[in-house]
Amino acid sequence: MAQAYSPGLTVTDNIVLKKERILPLKGTVLVKKADKVKAEDLVAETLLPGKVVPFNLSNKLGVTPPMHMQYVKVKAGDKIKKGDLLAQTNGFLGLFKSTVKSPIVGEIENISKITGQMLLREPKIPIQVKAFIAGVVVEVIPEEGVIIENKSAYIQGIFGIGGETFGEIKMLVDSPGQPLDVKMIDDSCKDKIIVCGAMVTYAVIKKAQEVGVAGIITGGIDDRDLNKLLGYNIGVAITGHEEVGLTIVVTEGFGEIGMAKKTYGLLKQFDGHKASIHGITQIRAGVMRPEIIIPIKFKEEELTESETRMSTLEIGTTIRVIRQPNFGVIGKVTGLPEQLTKVESETLVRILEAELENGEKVIIPRANVEVIED
Amino acid sequence: MADARPLKRIIATDCGSTTTKSILIEYIDGEYRQTVRGEAPTTVEKPLNDVTKGVINAVTELEELARLKYKDDSIKFIKDDTIWISEKENEGVDAYVSTSSAGGGLQMMVTGVVAKMTGESAERAALGAGAIVMDLIASNDKRPNYEKIERIRQMRPDMILMAGGVDGGTTKHVAEMGELVAAADPRPRLGSSYKLPVIYAGNNKARDIIKDALGEKTDLIITDNLRPTLENENLGPARDKIHDLFMEHVMAQAPGYNKLMSWVKGPKDGKLVTIPIMPTPAAVGNIMQTIAKVHDIEVLGVDIGGATTDIFSVFTKNKVFNRTVSANLGLSYSISNVLATAGLEEILRWVPFDIDESGLRNMIKNKMIRPTTIPQQLEELVLEQAIAKEALKYAFIQHKEFAVGLKGAQRQREISEAFSQSTSGESVVNMMTLDLLVGSGGVLSHAPRRNQSAMMMVDAFLPEGITRLAVDSIFMMPQLGVLAEISEKAATEVFEKDCLIYLGCCVAPVGKIKPDKTALTAKIELPNGEVFQEDIKFGEVRLLPCGVGETAKATLKPGRGLDIGAGKGQEIKTELQGGVVGIVLDTRGRRPFTLPLEASKRVPLLKKWMKEFKAYPEEILK
Repeated sequence: MAQAYSPGLTVTDNIVLKKERILPLKGTVLVKKADKVKAEDLVAETLLPGKVVPFNLSNKLGVTPPMHMQYVKVKAGDKIKKGDLLAQTNGFLGLFKSTVKSPIVGEIENISKITGQMLLREPKIPIQVKAFIAGVVVEVIPEEGVIIENKSAYIQGIFGIGGETFGEIKMLVDSPGQPLDVKMIDDSCKDKIIVCGAMVTYAVIKKAQEVGVAGIITGGIDDRDLNKLLGYNIGVAITGHEEVGLTIVVTEGFGEIGMAKKTYGLLKQFDGHKASIHGITQIRAGVMRPEIIIPIKFKEEELTESETRMSTLEIGTTIRVIRQPNFGVIGKVTGLPEQLTKVESETLVRILEAELENGEKVIIPRANVEVIED
Repeated sequence: MADARPLKRIIATDCGSTTTKSILIEYIDGEYRQTVRGEAPTTVEKPLNDVTKGVINAVTELEELARLKYKDDSIKFIKDDTIWISEKENEGVDAYVSTSSAGGGLQMMVTGVVAKMTGESAERAALGAGAIVMDLIASNDKRPNYEKIERIRQMRPDMILMAGGVDGGTTKHVAEMGELVAAADPRPRLGSSYKLPVIYAGNNKARDIIKDALGEKTDLIITDNLRPTLENENLGPARDKIHDLFMEHVMAQAPGYNKLMSWVKGPKDGKLVTIPIMPTPAAVGNIMQTIAKVHDIEVLGVDIGGATTDIFSVFTKNKVFNRTVSANLGLSYSISNVLATAGLEEILRWVPFDIDESGLRNMIKNKMIRPTTIPQQLEELVLEQAIAKEALKYAFIQHKEFAVGLKGAQRQREISEAFSQSTSGESVVNMMTLDLLVGSGGVLSHAPRRNQSAMMMVDAFLPEGITRLAVDSIFMMPQLGVLAEISEKAATEVFEKDCLIYLGCCVAPVGKIKPDKTALTAKIELPNGEVFQEDIKFGEVRLLPCGVGETAKATLKPGRGLDIGAGKGQEIKTELQGGVVGIVLDTRGRRPFTLPLEASKRVPLLKKWMKEFKAYPEEILK
């Protein structure tokens, strides 16, 4: 077999993209099929059941269940306001009555005869789903959401933090290997998605937070800086819910690693364009990686999804090394030997032979490279 | 169950999240052997969306390899796009069984009244049935009720197991828990078209109350109380219900499983019947218990994966089975959590060279985000194995804390127990009486040197006295676990002959003495005719050659104050079993086992032990 499948991250200037925008619970879809939407438009909304407020009514009345039931003044399903009378004992000769009033606005969920517990429910909470990408609604899933399609320049990151956001792309460095200096960030970066080269430090992130940067795209980040920023160590790679005021998309990995030339070039090409990004990462079954989506102009008839191509390793394929030694270095495959080969760690693995950019000839386990589409 | 007639050919598959593995088991010359294995990517995600496609691919590979092996093109396991089960001897196969952990396995939430009593019993039932327990909610767990409701609502389990109260006892707390679950109105993880299954296995007096609270909102199933009295646990009925629901609800939601469920068949009591698909960990638990029962031994098994570490144990005369899942201790997806749990210093104490902190942190995170990469450099391999030791250690700590006798049970204590201050709820894990320690999972099964696997297991689990060590060669324990349902004989024979690779055994005196004192006086007649004789000082490791199937006659006398199983200072004469690594004599101390804090003292010791273990090439240990 002269070729093998090797997963890589997608980096392309032109892709037909489909995004499902689905509510967590059934609700109302606000757009129709064929509608054109902008990233910030609402496409669906629903009401989440409100928070439940439980308390022990019989304790508050000073009686044992089920005696409390005779003093209850409301029933399940009743709407209540703050301060409404919920229960009251008769007291002694009309005096010394125990009274329980509602601490919230909402409704009565349940009153238990057995435990004496009363459950109140706060009003429903609205949940709204935005389009996130500018495009066309191609499908409406009744009561659940929509599918939006567009044509975009598209970059998958390797890791990120923070949720969905949008903004104009702003290049701050002149080369993919340049780390960002804190002085490069000023008020002109407000609401922008700034692009750094090889590294973003804690000081840079702090400054970006101060001026109100929407997002940061970087080649690398140091784990200690990330730790300091979040206040905890990320144990499992399930991210996207962090609330640090901005979104960070890392394209290469941890440590100072120059951004891949193609990624950098693409971002430079779209400097000043509006982009949608998110840092949601989930590295388990059903992998999710951060995305940078830059919508481009298209005609509707162009929206035909191209077949997903499996990136394959062949002689001549451009690859990037994704583990030490030579982490981050680009090379070309020169050989794909069939037999298992012992590498320095004595592990028997399938390897490939490659010539790196600096002319060095090396062998690398196939698991430690990713294919770069030329 | 006695086997009626030998099954000539059996196919077993395990559908994992990423790979579907198939094995062929054949009856050859009076015994069962695993002869061919195949694998293919699991196909539960788009675009294929049908688990049976991956199964067919994996079985097709078996078919092709079997044809090659026997030079017989007529061998055929698949007919009409399904696995061909035939009662005729020369066609198809006699049985097909399968396990599954695709789609994230079985995720459950459990509730109880007292967390340490009924809560723990419910957790044990769910874990034993192969589930991941997302949370245990109990009346006394100190969280306010509104927080519990929020938590239940946020989680989207596959099912809930509710326990609480002994039969005939007070119903108030169980009722309250029912109200909380009802108020949260939880939704199932997969699909919104069906009601969430809830199993009630608590106080039988509270059944009607639970029916009133949950009968409408959920798919309520009532079964026998899993803790009918404080002194008794009755986990069987609840576990069976979990398995039924796993098939009916969870599996039925996964693409293609309805079809797969109609394929799994085998002869039982002379009839061809459906053999239910088992959750993978439940099947591993099954084979562990079978082995412990058949050989009357105590077994501890570990499976360290990329995301989680499972530990299974069968201890005591009554063969008490326990399983724990350390959901976030693993070596790829969860590797960073091992660092968060253990801390950098704990990991570095196993590393025999200098490395800067920032470099190590970034290396761990890079492994987390690119989990399929493998260590090419020797230093990175040493680091990954150091992390593995800590992951195993912490998973084992969690297991020991969980594998305890029933709490709250009253029992008569003998005078000796009163002096030893034993209480109810003590761990049943006893490393001194353990007979067999089995490791599996990539880092243990595929370490470049088996000696590394032995070293990792000894360092992480710290076996005491005399313990046999083995690794699962290709992780076929799940398939053998479900196979045991139709043929215990086939399952145990294959487990012994093809599944396990015996590494050898470890002899470790328990206790601590000064380094210049003798910890073990050993006289061992090795299979090659040599006699090993040494007064081994405290703090040493020795590795002696003794191959697979070989034994060595040994006279072992622990130093003063130390014990290898017969009591302090008491000599043992025994036969030690060999393996691909040999016999490890470990006098580094137990209870406690300590490593010096200062690198200047620790690194030379690590190098010395690693050299003795022949774990790594000499150049890295200079």
